[in-house]
Amino acid sequence: MSDRAPIYLDYSATTPVDPRVAAKMIPYITEHFGNPASRSHSFGWTAEKAVEEAREEVAKLVNADPREIVWTSGATESNNLAIKGAANFYSATKGKHLITVATEHKAVIDPMRELEREGFETTFLQPEPNGLIDIDKFKAAIRPDTVLASVMMVNNEIGVIQDIETIGNICRENNIIFHVDAAQATGKVVIDLATLPVDLMSFSAHKTYGPKGIGALYVRRKPRIRIEAQMHGGGHERGMRSGTLATHQIVGMGEAFKLAREEMGAENERIRMLRDRLLNGLQEIDETYVNGDLEHRVPHNLNMSFNFVEGESLIMAVKDIAVSSGSACTSASLEPSYVLRALGRSDELAHSSIRFSIGRFTTQEDVDYTIALMKSKIGKLRELSPLWEMHLDGVDLSKVEWAAH
Amino acid sequence: MNTIYFDHNSTTALKAEVLERMLPWMTAQHGNPTSRHVFGRNSRDAVEHARTQVAKAVGVQASQVVFTASGTEANNFAVMGIAGNLEPAQILTSSIEHPCVSRPALAMQARGWLAKSIAVDSHCTLNMVHLAQLLQQKTNLVSVMLANNETGAVQDLAGISQLARQHKAFVHTDAVQALGKLPVDFVALDVHAMTLSSHKIGGPLGAGALVLDKRVDIQPLLYGGGQEKGLRSGTENVAAIVGFGAACEFAMQALTSFACHTAMLRTQLEQGLQQLNAQVFGQQATRIPNTSFFSFSNIEGETLVTALDKVGFAVASGSACSSDSTEPSHVLLAMGVAPDVARGAVRVSLGVSNTAQQVEAFLATLAREVKRLSALTAVAA
Repeated sequence: MSDRAPIYLDYSATTPVDPRVAAKMIPYITEHFGNPASRSHSFGWTAEKAVEEAREEVAKLVNADPREIVWTSGATESNNLAIKGAANFYSATKGKHLITVATEHKAVIDPMRELEREGFETTFLQPEPNGLIDIDKFKAAIRPDTVLASVMMVNNEIGVIQDIETIGNICRENNIIFHVDAAQATGKVVIDLATLPVDLMSFSAHKTYGPKGIGALYVRRKPRIRIEAQMHGGGHERGMRSGTLATHQIVGMGEAFKLAREEMGAENERIRMLRDRLLNGLQEIDETYVNGDLEHRVPHNLNMSFNFVEGESLIMAVKDIAVSSGSACTSASLEPSYVLRALGRSDELAHSSIRFSIGRFTTQEDVDYTIALMKSKIGKLRELSPLWEMHLDGVDLSKVEWAAH
Repeated sequence: MNTIYFDHNSTTALKAEVLERMLPWMTAQHGNPTSRHVFGRNSRDAVEHARTQVAKAVGVQASQVVFTASGTEANNFAVMGIAGNLEPAQILTSSIEHPCVSRPALAMQARGWLAKSIAVDSHCTLNMVHLAQLLQQKTNLVSVMLANNETGAVQDLAGISQLARQHKAFVHTDAVQALGKLPVDFVALDVHAMTLSSHKIGGPLGAGALVLDKRVDIQPLLYGGGQEKGLRSGTENVAAIVGFGAACEFAMQALTSFACHTAMLRTQLEQGLQQLNAQVFGQQATRIPNTSFFSFSNIEGETLVTALDKVGFAVASGSACSSDSTEPSHVLLAMGVAPDVARGAVRVSLGVSNTAQQVEAFLATLAREVKRLSALTAVAA
């Protein structure tokens, strides 16, 4: 097994570029290589036309006006621009209080931490054990000086879908700017910005079969939302974000979002079937726990904890599948996932969690192989575990008083 | 009609060899460099290899290179990031900087800084006397570009750094237009920070870098996943970074041939321009070898550029980033060129694929277009 590439089940970390997307991109790094800001020759015009067509495709997927789409280098930049840009623009009139959720991506949490150093205050809402926000707790967090709230649509680790519409309506009633990180949502859930009460929304290409290094920020026009630019220069993107536009990447994002719009219905059904097959297979293993709500969840994600297995050994044992423990962006650290901790999972269960994320190129064979692999490896690891033996003997481990060595 | 491309300072075509190196990272090799599985580790290795290639191009250690999404981002990062960790004082930028240096400097005024601009002389060379005068006020950051994008004028960064360091100011240089066109040695230039960009040297759009002296304490522009040692969060654009690294390697190999080839073509071009009575800007300055910025009296640059595009030559009337506006070039105004003359400016920036025949054809076309447009202007007058 080990001489072939592992099975890729880490689509939430990044997706392969769809071959149709790559094919569309190549001409824009070879023959049509112009700078879209060059107004004086056809190289520039060709590039600009491609950029505007891609903008329409991105807008179409989320039912927005193309003029509401601002290109960025990725969802991290979109989140930074939205949060710092809007907080700074509106703080003088509205105040300096921010609301977000403890399970947000670091690209939302860290800009807020930075704003705290500039005098803002942040409420980090704790989600319920299923990963969803209690709407009453959200309402209770609102203060007269709350300027902005940021809630992600789909969580990157556990895949739960928050009730964006309800939260957005509450924000509207309270005159709060509402930002949504939708990096993990595009192509997985229907997003209709004509009806969703959202002011700012972040997108990424490389989570939706587009290239890395390109993203977008939706900035609502009606009612008009203003943001302070975070990148200054040539005044590209109507002054909201300067910098030469990377045409081929933009073309790639446009094509990726077009494919998502055309295919997500059928694709999600197929993926849901695979995920349920994986879930049923893995639930045959004793002492497994699904992390996050299963109903309000994208079909692509399955996050499970395997009790009585040590986290690092588990990761080492399942090298034939490429999965993630915690999110990729923090997987360099050995800290247990802060998302699972926020759900109230113990350190042990958080450590022994695996995120399986399924995508366009996952097959039923991949899933069956994964189930067999997990069953065999967890069985072997538990055979070696004295804790598992005690558990089988009926010892309640939480009541054991361990002696110090 | 095959348009001849004379706008290499705006962006360059991707080198075929660079594309070849990038392709695996645009398709089969798709891991997120932060992931710990083999897909992730392969991407991480590719990013780190590219980092050594970029570092080598400017004579630094790989650990000094922070990847960004563009030169614009690297310039914003340098100016706002370095200033952000210092006590507010004066921030000096040359009067010929790209707006992605001068505007972040202005933005720092909201945080208590005083942004001032350093004059250049009529040849587009920094006025060192003016710099010395400005440095009498407490200055914490000086940013001067190594090579100007419009005239191609090269500044004496080592001299500027020496002066600035005497006043304990940090020095940043935007070397985007210098890389690949002249030797760029971070240590010899004695700067604290340097901006580089991929797409000006035959690499792809979407990658840039800020090279940092290890003693510089810089504030991130983007917060999040903690990539680039926490200095620049966001999933690495692996394919573009691989392309940037490869482009640096090829540009270093071709440095001498690029300089000889474009210098020869520019001499040919400017001899022809002289016969057509064009005024060439910054000709007395030390310039990067591929750039010529000129104008004809009584002809609008924009008109001439559009006319040239129609007959198959892609040139610029100024920098692409400001070609939205019809304002005369701020670089020429800083050099003391009259606004009317500045409005006539046309930039030719050459690349390795250009040939003597193309320059010859361009000069012939230019002569015809200038004659035609002058006649029209005369009628209009």
